[in-house]
Amino acid sequence: MTTLSLGGGRAVPARYVPVLVTGCLFVAMFVVGGIRYEGFASGQVVLNVFIDNAFLLVVAVGMTFVILTGGIDLSVGSVVALSTMISASLMAGPGWPPYVVVPLVLLVGSGLGLLMGWLVHAFDIQPFIVTLAGMFLARGLCYTIGTESIPIEDATFTAFAQTRIDLFADLWISPSVVIAAVVVLAAAYVLHYTRLGRAVYATGGSEQSALLMGLPVGRTKVAVYTISGFCSALGGVLLSFYMLSGYGLHAVGMELDAIAAVVIGGTLLTGGTGFLFGTVLGVLVLGLIQTILSFEGTLSSWWTKIFIGLLLFAFILLQRLFSARRRP
Amino acid sequence: MAMATPAPVLRMSGIGKQFPGVRALDGVDLRLLPGEVHALMGENGAGKSTLIKVLTGVHQADEGAIELAGRSVAFGSPLEARQAGISTVYQEVNLCTNLSVAENILIGREPRRWGRIDWKRMRARARELLARLELDLDVSAPLSAYSLAIQQMVAIARALDVEARVLILDEPTSSLDADEVGQLFRVMRRLKDDGIAILFVSHFLDQVYEISDRMTILRNGRLVGEYPTRELSQVDLVAKMIGQELAALDRLHGEAAAFDRPLVEARELGRAGAIEPFTLTIHEGEVVGLAGLLGSGRTEVARLLFGADHAGGGRVAVGGAPASLRTPRAAMGHGIAFCSENRKADGLIPDLTVRENIILALQATRGWTRPVPREQQDELVERYVKALRISPPNPEHLVRDLSGGNQQKVLLARWLILEPRLLILDEPTRGIDVGAKTEIQRLVAELSGGGMAVLFISAELEEVLRLSHKVAVLRDRRLVAELPNGPELTTDVLMETIASGGRT
Repeated sequence: MTTLSLGGGRAVPARYVPVLVTGCLFVAMFVVGGIRYEGFASGQVVLNVFIDNAFLLVVAVGMTFVILTGGIDLSVGSVVALSTMISASLMAGPGWPPYVVVPLVLLVGSGLGLLMGWLVHAFDIQPFIVTLAGMFLARGLCYTIGTESIPIEDATFTAFAQTRIDLFADLWISPSVVIAAVVVLAAAYVLHYTRLGRAVYATGGSEQSALLMGLPVGRTKVAVYTISGFCSALGGVLLSFYMLSGYGLHAVGMELDAIAAVVIGGTLLTGGTGFLFGTVLGVLVLGLIQTILSFEGTLSSWWTKIFIGLLLFAFILLQRLFSARRRP
Repeated sequence: MAMATPAPVLRMSGIGKQFPGVRALDGVDLRLLPGEVHALMGENGAGKSTLIKVLTGVHQADEGAIELAGRSVAFGSPLEARQAGISTVYQEVNLCTNLSVAENILIGREPRRWGRIDWKRMRARARELLARLELDLDVSAPLSAYSLAIQQMVAIARALDVEARVLILDEPTSSLDADEVGQLFRVMRRLKDDGIAILFVSHFLDQVYEISDRMTILRNGRLVGEYPTRELSQVDLVAKMIGQELAALDRLHGEAAAFDRPLVEARELGRAGAIEPFTLTIHEGEVVGLAGLLGSGRTEVARLLFGADHAGGGRVAVGGAPASLRTPRAAMGHGIAFCSENRKADGLIPDLTVRENIILALQATRGWTRPVPREQQDELVERYVKALRISPPNPEHLVRDLSGGNQQKVLLARWLILEPRLLILDEPTRGIDVGAKTEIQRLVAELSGGGMAVLFISAELEEVLRLSHKVAVLRDRRLVAELPNGPELTTDVLMETIASGGRT
């Protein structure tokens, strides 16, 4: 097995290397930021990255499931937007309470995911095209609700959204971060400790083999798109907390951010290899790029895209090198 | 004194299966007795694979009945068959190489505690199962870290974990070396003693005679009969499989002819980590055999000569002039064709017809702007379908519906149509039946008679000897000897050369 030995003589299995690289990158960016900018090297900067990207993290978790099976879900950004739209309109119009609206939104997102997963499985259609259709559908549905941004003014909802959870020494996080953390932990548990999770990896490794090994491949595929749909809807709810509005133009292109985070986190787009922890690091790296640019102040936010683009190139090359070296 | 035959654990009767344009199975019976190894014999395309797929729930039979332990069953999926106690190890290792060894053995029935996978118990159980096969592996390493042979053993360990009543081994030995085959047979005998019925499929007749108690022979999707192995001679078996007396194939060439027109000359050609620098001359009309064990560098030599890998050093001359074989395209330009061992991964496009697959390489050399006229296509394809006896002889048939041997012939036809000067055949007869094997061997002899040079790679030494004018012996990624073929060159001599590394 390919291993890299580090200083202490302990060997790191090859499959952990991409995650490790991302981890080192994050630390390096943080250190460089800390040296360059005053006030950068504080715990709150890292926590702010979590606060500002909790919704992306949740969406990326769902995307990790899908990509691990070798699929892709392009609909997530639109489903996020649809979720903000449904939440805002139901709370603003008929004045439904959040504890009815939020479960309903999660149900709609999961339902959309279930439908797409079923189409992928039952008709053996490329996930790319099915979720592309889902992307247009969900985005279109936003505009049937309204073309304008709808503010959220529900008292409970806004109060919850603006809650500060104080940690030690002046550090604080938002409830969204707690929710995202719970989602990450639950997802990591599912991937590592349940049959569904292992079937996800097996399906991504070789669908044909998984089928012949008697694994429920079809059910697994439907499940990952449902999970992704659920995560997108939850991501939408978190984005509503963050924006306090519903809008059809929210989260445009977020599917690509999520895919980028997953890939930078070391998950192979062909499926079967990767860790959820890598995705967390991927989101953190993306978030930290934005933070650095805001500290820089003079650079336009378009530079974020340029850096993400360069990073993606680097990581795809890295993956390529590893998969080439692993071949016996 | 005949012992009372125990009741069969599995009985298939009157099984029929129709694919578009092909009647794959027609009224086939099969019964498996507990504690017996039962060989399923037949040429490629005889219906063995289809029968196994029906038995394991991959396909559903159109007609006929299956009884397991006296109860009528019908499997809708491989999962159902497995749950009923029918475990299968397929010819191509069907495992997930990205997962750990332990997972590959136990996935789908991982030991759990309150719904949570108990990794510790899982690794322990995996080690236990591997110990039954006398294997000691790092069960938490990914399967991709191990060789194909080990992966095969892992597949068997997986099959053993289930309370298997029937174990199907579909060509389990095709990628194993002699020691590993011995190990497998020991395991099979032990399982037999446990009362498991084993269905064994192999093209190696010696292995079938060594391990099996009984055999069922199929031909063209029909049942020929069921026989106790010790009552059926090998000659009779082959005759029943191919439906005609097999003309014993002697050496196809007379005395080694003198070859004086070198076609491809490799000087100190090598590639670090793949093959040590070697020097080899292939003349026009000459068949050069490459002999050596699995992993000795046979395929690497072929890939270098075809430009599929870059040489690290050395020179190649084609027809006397220095040539640069840096890409397959360049090699093809010099009239070199490479028919690879992996017909599935390299080359054949299953959803195209026989005609389209055959014409592909010719079209590629002409470029897309100059399509090969349909008339010419039909004529060429017709000729090769006939010459190679591709069955069914219908050029419009989809390649995916053809048997392995016939797919191999289609691939061969594709390269032959280009009229190469050097044809590299990497294990062209691996995993195909006696009849098709003989045809391919005869074809090689004919081609070289017509002036084509052939580099012939095969794991079967008899075959190499039968066909080659000259045998190059490889060992540990080094070309150790070059032996002219003649009456004094026997398989024993070859084996000694491989074993001693040419130091005599």
